[in-house]
This record gives sequence, C-alpha cells and structure tokens, in this order.
Amino acid sequence: MGMIKGVAVAVALALGLGAAQAQEKLAGKLKVGFIYVGPVADFGYSFQHDQSRKALLAAMPDKVETSFLENVPEADSERSIESLARSGHQLIFTTSFGFMEPTLKVAKKFPKVKFEHATGYKRSANVSTYSARFYEGRYICGEIAGRLSKTGTVGYIASFPIPEVVSGINAFMLGAQSVNPNIKLKIVWVNTWFDPGKEAEAAKALLAQGADILSQHTDSAAPLQEAEKQGKFAFGQSSDQMRFAPKAQLTSIVDDWDGYVIGEAKAVLDGTWKSHDTWGGIKEGMVVLAPFANMPDDVKAKAEASKKAIADGTLHPFKGPVLKQDGSVAVKEGETAPDPMILGMNWYVKGIDDKLPN
Amino acid sequence: MTLDVLQMVLVTIVAAATPLMIAALGELVVERSGVLNLGVEGMMVLGAATGFAVAVETGSTLAGAVAGAGAGLALSALFGILTVVLAANQIASGLAMTILGLGLSGLVGASYVGMKRESAPHLAIPGLTDLPGIGRLFFGQDAFVYAGFALVAGIAWFLWRTRAGLALRAIGDDHTSTHALGLKVRKVRFLAVLFGGACAGLAGAYLSLAYTPFWAPAMTAGRGWIALALVVFASWRPLRVMAGAMLFGGATVLQLHAQAAGLGLPGQALSALPYLATILALVLLSLGRRQGGSVAPASLGRVFTPFR
Repeated sequence: MGMIKGVAVAVALALGLGAAQAQEKLAGKLKVGFIYVGPVADFGYSFQHDQSRKALLAAMPDKVETSFLENVPEADSERSIESLARSGHQLIFTTSFGFMEPTLKVAKKFPKVKFEHATGYKRSANVSTYSARFYEGRYICGEIAGRLSKTGTVGYIASFPIPEVVSGINAFMLGAQSVNPNIKLKIVWVNTWFDPGKEAEAAKALLAQGADILSQHTDSAAPLQEAEKQGKFAFGQSSDQMRFAPKAQLTSIVDDWDGYVIGEAKAVLDGTWKSHDTWGGIKEGMVVLAPFANMPDDVKAKAEASKKAIADGTLHPFKGPVLKQDGSVAVKEGETAPDPMILGMNWYVKGIDDKLPN
Repeated sequence: MTLDVLQMVLVTIVAAATPLMIAALGELVVERSGVLNLGVEGMMVLGAATGFAVAVETGSTLAGAVAGAGAGLALSALFGILTVVLAANQIASGLAMTILGLGLSGLVGASYVGMKRESAPHLAIPGLTDLPGIGRLFFGQDAFVYAGFALVAGIAWFLWRTRAGLALRAIGDDHTSTHALGLKVRKVRFLAVLFGGACAGLAGAYLSLAYTPFWAPAMTAGRGWIALALVVFASWRPLRVMAGAMLFGGATVLQLHAQAAGLGLPGQALSALPYLATILALVLLSLGRRQGGSVAPASLGRVFTPFR
C-alpha cells in the first residue's frame, strides 16, 4: 500500500510541479497552493477541497492563481509542502489531518508563507487550523435514521478510531436515540479511508445483519450503491452522491470550504491574516446537508427544523445528559459538551454495543 | 446462522476472491517463465479504468472486459519489451509499470468519474439458481467468476499436461540450458508476460464492471500487491492460488461479518491475516523440503541475454 501511494505521489508531483513552474512569475498575483491526500476526482473529501480552490479562482480571477498536488501520502507530505513554499506560494492549504507535523516543520522554514491546516489542532505564528463540525450533520442523519428504520437497526461503516470519527458515531447515535431510544447501531471498522471493494463488503455484512439504513465515514460511493441494489437507504459522505444512488441516498453531509478559503485569501491580500483556529458548522455554512430525499414529508420537515435549531444554537448534539457506555456521566444535565471534549472524543455513548478499537 | 445467510457470505467471499485469483493466475504463468512482474497493480488499475470507459461508451460489459484485458496486455507489452527484449532490470521496470498504470488510468478514467452503470449480469438458470442454500453460489455468479475458475483448470492443464507448458516451466528454471537446447526463451517469456498482463487487466475490469460498478482513481486499493503475495503463498501452483484467493478474500469478508455480527474479534489483526499467512506458508514450505530453500522458479527475476 505504502508503495503504491508513494508511486502515485511521484506522478502527482511530477505533474503538479510542472504546473507550478509553468505558472510561476505571473507577477503580482497571490499564489495559493493546495495539498490533497486523495485524488481530486474522488467525489468526496479531496473533491470538495478542490471545489473551494475553483471557487477562489472564480471569485478573484485577477488577484490569485492556484496550484494543487493530489494523492500526496501523509508520510511523504513534507517534500510536497516545501516544494509549494519554494515555488513562491504565499498561502498553502494542507488538507488532511496527517499533514499536521510536516506543515509545522515547513512553516518554520518559511516564516513569511501562510499555512492553513485542515482538521488539525497544532498552530504557530504562520499556521492556522480549520475544520468543520461534521458531527452536527451526523446528529441530523441519526434522527432521520431513527425515524425511518423499520428493523430498528442501523449500520455504520467507520474508517479509523480517531476523535472525528468517534464523535460522528456518537452524534449519530444520540440523534437516533432522541427519536427511538431502542435503536441499535452496528459498527464495522474497515481500517481504510478509501477501498470501494472493502466498503461494499462491509455494507453487505451490515445489511445481512438486519440493518436497513447505512451511514459511512469512508470516502467511496460503494456502500450507497450496495444499499440501492438491495432496496435499502444510506447517507452519502463529503459530497452529494445522489448520482450514485438516486433511490437510496437520504441526504449527504457536504463539506463546503468555499467561504473559508476565499476569506483567508482576502485576509492575506489585505495584510490582515493572523494565525487562528476556525471550527465552523451548519451555522457558518461549512457543513451543508444535501437535499433531503427518499423520505416522507413529515420526516423531511423535522430534519429541516433540526437543521435550523442547530444553526440558531437551540439544539446541540452533545447536550447533557450524555452518558458514556459504562453509564458514567460525560456531560451533565443542562450543559453542553465543550469543544475540547468533542475534539478529543475517545469513548462511546451509552447504547452503542461495540468495543472501540485502540 | 441460517442457510441463506451462510450462502450469502460464501457468495461474497467468492466475489472478493475472484479479482485476486485472476490477477494471481496471470502472474503465476509469468513467474513460472522466470519473469517477475511487479507491475500487476498498475495493469489492474489501467484495466479497471479502460474497461469501465469502454463499457460506458459501447454499453456492453463484454466489450468492457475485453478492453480491460487489452489495456493490461498493452501495458505488459511495454514491460515485456523492457525486460525480455532489452533485458532491463525486472524489479525497476515492474515498479515503473505500476506508476505508469496508476497515472494513465487517471487520465483514461478522468471523464468517467462519478458515472455508474449496472453491474455485470449474473447467471440465472430457472430451477437451478433458485435452489436453496447452493443455487446462488454455484449457478448465480457473473461470468468473471466462472472465467476465473476456468482459468485455474486451464492453466493447471497447460503447465503440467502440455509440451508448451513443460517448456515454459523449464525456461523459468534454467534459461541458459533451455536456450542451448534450442527453446525460444525470449519468445516464450514475452508471451507469458502478455498473458499475465491480460489477466491483470481482466481482474481490474472485474472490479469496475462487476464488483463495485463505477470507476474511481486507485480503486484497486492494493489488490495487485496482494495477488503478488498470493503467488508466493501458493508456491507457484494454480490450485493453491485458488485456495489462497478464497482464504485471502475470506479473511477480509469474514472479519467484516464478524464485526457486524458483534463478535469481538480484533479487525486490524484479521486484516493482516493474508500477509501473516504468506509468511507462514513461506516458512512451512522452506522447512518441508529436505535441503530447505525455495520452491520458486530458479531463474525468477534474472535477466537473460542470449548472445553473451
């Protein structure tokens, strides 16, 4: 696996660097670089980031120019980040959690270049971090699943046991429990972000165990397709995947980075850029839900209402009381989980019948 | 577990094993002729992209499968020219083919990302396919699966029951002597490489046409490398390739089912099972022979230049 990824990046680097050099010295424009962990054509996470690059280009065509490197493996990202910094990029977005340490290292060498690291938690004078409150969307998905599931069992395909994934599972379960306290959640860990075959097998296994709705925290459309084939329902991931499963997709949590990326580029151009941390959700427009589909109107209306309630702050997915699996209190009645707790979540909420891998 | 669930699990295991089996059988023939092709992953992914693109354009799964095999064959022809004709280093050339295949597949598949089509049709024989418990397993698979099993039988017959097969194995064991005997070492090796490439391409086409019917970059996700490990695991024998593919595919599928069923098995450990099994097989094979040593074709990976 490591080898193929290394190979892929060699190709990507060769192509990307060529592009970067060709664009060099178009004088006066702000050069903005992007590093993606996957292919821009994944129709998921990296695709959505590339959409924001295009949006930036469309918003200020005479002020910025952009380049990107795709399929950059996390272990080999330092070289890629440095190559962008060296070729005159003044603002660089490193868009995967695993790019955190390499970003900080390169940032130290290039103090005048501004760096933006997605989903990380370490900052410095010229490194900002940003992420989205995906768990807000997952809570609403959980509510929908709780209302629609006929078997009372929902399947969840999970990638790696990191806090972002675990908080997503918890938010989903809390949402589902809020409408059906007896709902069962079956979780399968596939240990990959992207392997269509394995994701499809996981979907089949969950459906065979009686799940009639699937949720996923992996990047391919294979689980959606499997649900479609068997006449069941599923939630899309990262971008609107309706085209893959027009009869199965209920909604999809869409990452929308456009506003943030454009805002940061503006700040650099105006000279007002400062290192900071941004964690936006439904309210800020960073987390968008694809149009609700394949569900009755009353479920749709309730989902819309929850969306509004989360946006205006009257509904918080981790509103107390939240109990851990063993029954101990994690969030007290009347309180909501503080951000550091959500960002470091490594426990399941009560009702989840699964052991968290470590 | 009811009979139907058991059958469903077995059907998915066969489906997961098929791409590994087809790609590994092709590589087995290549390695039996003495050439190590590390480009399987690249040929597979190029086959997946080309197969899907052609199937979408023509509307025919068969045309897609043929095109997928053709794409793998074309890339392996380049590999053959480098390693067999020009006697370049096989390891470096094979890795280069993987890089090239991944790059080219992105190019070929670029405008087909996000499209979907129906998966390859499954066999349906009234009466037989509906048999409870075994119907879908034996009479309800798609054509790729049956082709995979036919390949096992065909290759076993070819290698051990035909003169050409004997010549191929002999060349893989000692290219200098067989050359001295007048066998066409380079021609046989080149043909073997082409066959292996076509198999890898077909295995890739299976992924994008039948297994998960869409194209996504790098969708082979390392299956070409598993196929390479599988050939070693099978100690270069077709029937063992079949058994190994079922084991490798089965380990993946069963651990997912075990998780879904709530059995407390460690998923990460089970994911590593195929690789552990390969190492174990190597050790056992080595111990099982009286003088120890490898059962690999003796000339495997060594370049051959007839005029020196």
